[in-house]
Amino acid sequence: MGAAFFYVIMGLAATFAVIVASLTHDPNFAIHAWIVVLAALVAIVAGLNTFDPEGKPKPVKGKYLDGVVQAGVIATMFWGLAGFLVGVVIALQLTFPALNLDTAYTNFGRLRPLHTSAVVFAFGGNALIATSFYVVQRTTGARLALGNTAWFVFWGYQLFIVLAATGYLLGITQSKEYAEPEWYVDLWLTVVWVAYLAVFLGTLFRRKEPHIYVANWFYLSFIVTIAMLHVVNNLSMPVSLLGAKSYSLFSGVQDALTQWWYGHNAVGFFLTAGFLGMMYYFVPKQAGRPIYSYRLSIIHFWALIFLYIWAGPHHLHYTALPDWAQTLGMVFSIMLWMPSWGGMINGLMTLSGAWDKLRTDPVLRMMVMAIAFYGMSTFEGPMMSIKSVNSLSHYTDWTIGHVHSGALGWVGMISFGAVYFLAPKLWDRQGLYSARLVNWHFWLATIGIVLYAASMWVSGIMQGLMWRAYDSLGFLQYSFAETVAAMHPFYLIRACGGGLYLLGALVMAYNIARTIMGHQRREVPMGFAAPAVQGA
Amino acid sequence: MKFSHAIIEKNATLLLVLSFIAVSIGGIVEIAPLFYLQNTIEKVEGVRPYTPLELAGRGIYIREGCYTCHSQMIRPFRDEVERYGHYSLAAESMYDHPFQWGSKRTGPDLARVGGKYSDEWHVQHLTAPRSVVPESVMPGYPFLAQTPVRSDDIADHLRANIRVGVPYTDAMVASALADMKAQANPDDKNADALLARYPGAVIRDFDGDPGQLSEMDAVVAYLQMLGTLVDFNAYNDEANRR
Repeated sequence: MGAAFFYVIMGLAATFAVIVASLTHDPNFAIHAWIVVLAALVAIVAGLNTFDPEGKPKPVKGKYLDGVVQAGVIATMFWGLAGFLVGVVIALQLTFPALNLDTAYTNFGRLRPLHTSAVVFAFGGNALIATSFYVVQRTTGARLALGNTAWFVFWGYQLFIVLAATGYLLGITQSKEYAEPEWYVDLWLTVVWVAYLAVFLGTLFRRKEPHIYVANWFYLSFIVTIAMLHVVNNLSMPVSLLGAKSYSLFSGVQDALTQWWYGHNAVGFFLTAGFLGMMYYFVPKQAGRPIYSYRLSIIHFWALIFLYIWAGPHHLHYTALPDWAQTLGMVFSIMLWMPSWGGMINGLMTLSGAWDKLRTDPVLRMMVMAIAFYGMSTFEGPMMSIKSVNSLSHYTDWTIGHVHSGALGWVGMISFGAVYFLAPKLWDRQGLYSARLVNWHFWLATIGIVLYAASMWVSGIMQGLMWRAYDSLGFLQYSFAETVAAMHPFYLIRACGGGLYLLGALVMAYNIARTIMGHQRREVPMGFAAPAVQGA
Repeated sequence: MKFSHAIIEKNATLLLVLSFIAVSIGGIVEIAPLFYLQNTIEKVEGVRPYTPLELAGRGIYIREGCYTCHSQMIRPFRDEVERYGHYSLAAESMYDHPFQWGSKRTGPDLARVGGKYSDEWHVQHLTAPRSVVPESVMPGYPFLAQTPVRSDDIADHLRANIRVGVPYTDAMVASALADMKAQANPDDKNADALLARYPGAVIRDFDGDPGQLSEMDAVVAYLQMLGTLVDFNAYNDEANRR
């Protein structure tokens, strides 16, 4: 594929988007068309600087294609900070509602999907794409397949993020949680995702090792399952091919179960299987120990991917979903506890014989904390899927706390660990700028999560109990507004917890930036006391 | 021959295919039957497609992310039924593309909010929530009353709904714009025809401003019809047990 082809494609894309922008009657749709024009023009300008003017292919540098992984690490940091910041903002909006500013573009209802998509798909997604590209090359001994397609996956995915995020602020949403982007953004993501699968699978085909390493099983099943979930859940009928709005193909009860089949497995495959792939590479590497049990990894892999897909109905307990489906969802959710803990055990026990490293290696400490949170939230989840527990927890902040102990604790911490591992390797540095700052990040994040989860447990269980409380005369004891007022102190604590977590991420961004610049902080190594100050 | 997992580990295509089979089964078993089991959706009287104005209001409800804080799904518990009304039926959301059951109650359930408050209360509450509910943490939406609701493409919205299975008739599509205007104006000559097409539709100047068909008109029209369609006196609980 030459430079000419690239310019023709980008030129056509820009022209097409200009035509769409001029024809549509939907101002928001026009804004999105102009964003596409802008993206194509930026790509052309970037191409002028990249391609050789005489059309000669550039010599391949190095054994592996690592530039795209470097870009992915930076994108992970950037979107992480953006997503955490929006999270803190909306936590404060719930505490001090005046912060909604009462405009269309700043209210909670539009910012909340911005937060969830930014952390799950922008932060988490970039971490997954970057690490999977790194891991698949290192474990197969092969360069990424299909030339520069990996770069298309990276930039195509960033365009998806920008279209989704700007769309939420403009009010473009399907209202399906974690699948809010509208039909045309969904189509674009499908194209990018198929390219991602092709690159990943193509690299596996080129492997120099006879066996496919276990991390790649998880990455592969994550990519394939997300493709299936994304396509089915987003089936919809556009009102016009020149407008943003569409109507979901399914309705009511069928739509609800399709959505939560998708929604729960966005957790199960995006936030779990993919990140388990991360764990299976980076934890053994950082600990310098082999995976604890090969047999356990086989059993828990197949059990996990088979069982997870059934768990969706536990989001719909006691709703108008037929009882048989609710019960089925509950039973499989409880069974899911076992393969989840299989992964936790395999990760933690990998440290056998290397536990002493926790004293001196804060990056490993971060990874172990991630696995510990994975274990905690995969126990809490099955418990909350029991119908009688769910009757209390559903619709309350307990769910929010549960999600965040998984998201901040597991997904966030394992990603941070992977980025700390990758940065010195990718930029060919001696080591991180500062291990002590990693330690600061570790404690800021951990204390932040504890504040977050604890306050949400209290507020969630309290609100659930207040809703169902009766007075001695048999009347409902509390009005809904009274339960809202009771939440206030816990919302403040939650915002503080989120703020600490954001602060930790800022420390990390500084540390990574200095690492990339090639700096190294002069400091006492971890695990050693600071030298005592000599008396005069 | 003894099975060895190494066969799968050495073949990327086989790994891909087996993974895909493993993740397909659960969804097929749980979701597919909902499309053909007769008792999935209860038999009820009164559920009809949304009027054009209600549909536009529902679009604004979705656009502003109301579903992030409000459920529309009352569970069959004593406290919920006393607080909100009869537990929700699957039939009540059969024309909802997509569903709006929600997952979080930062604010109260809205499945049966229709008719519980006056239009004036809704307008005041949507404009400045804490002026009527001091404890509320809801954002204000003062711009709704000032923004004319988009109406030029309303017939296209009905057509898109027909394509996904909502039984709008040709007459409903043809008169969509007229119906939309008539619902916010009790003196409109089309009001009777609107009622004939959409039984039980509430026809009022919802935002109190006869000069403009605003987004506030549409949202309040939608809120005021929520949960009001099914006649529960004629509903047979036992016959619909699932």
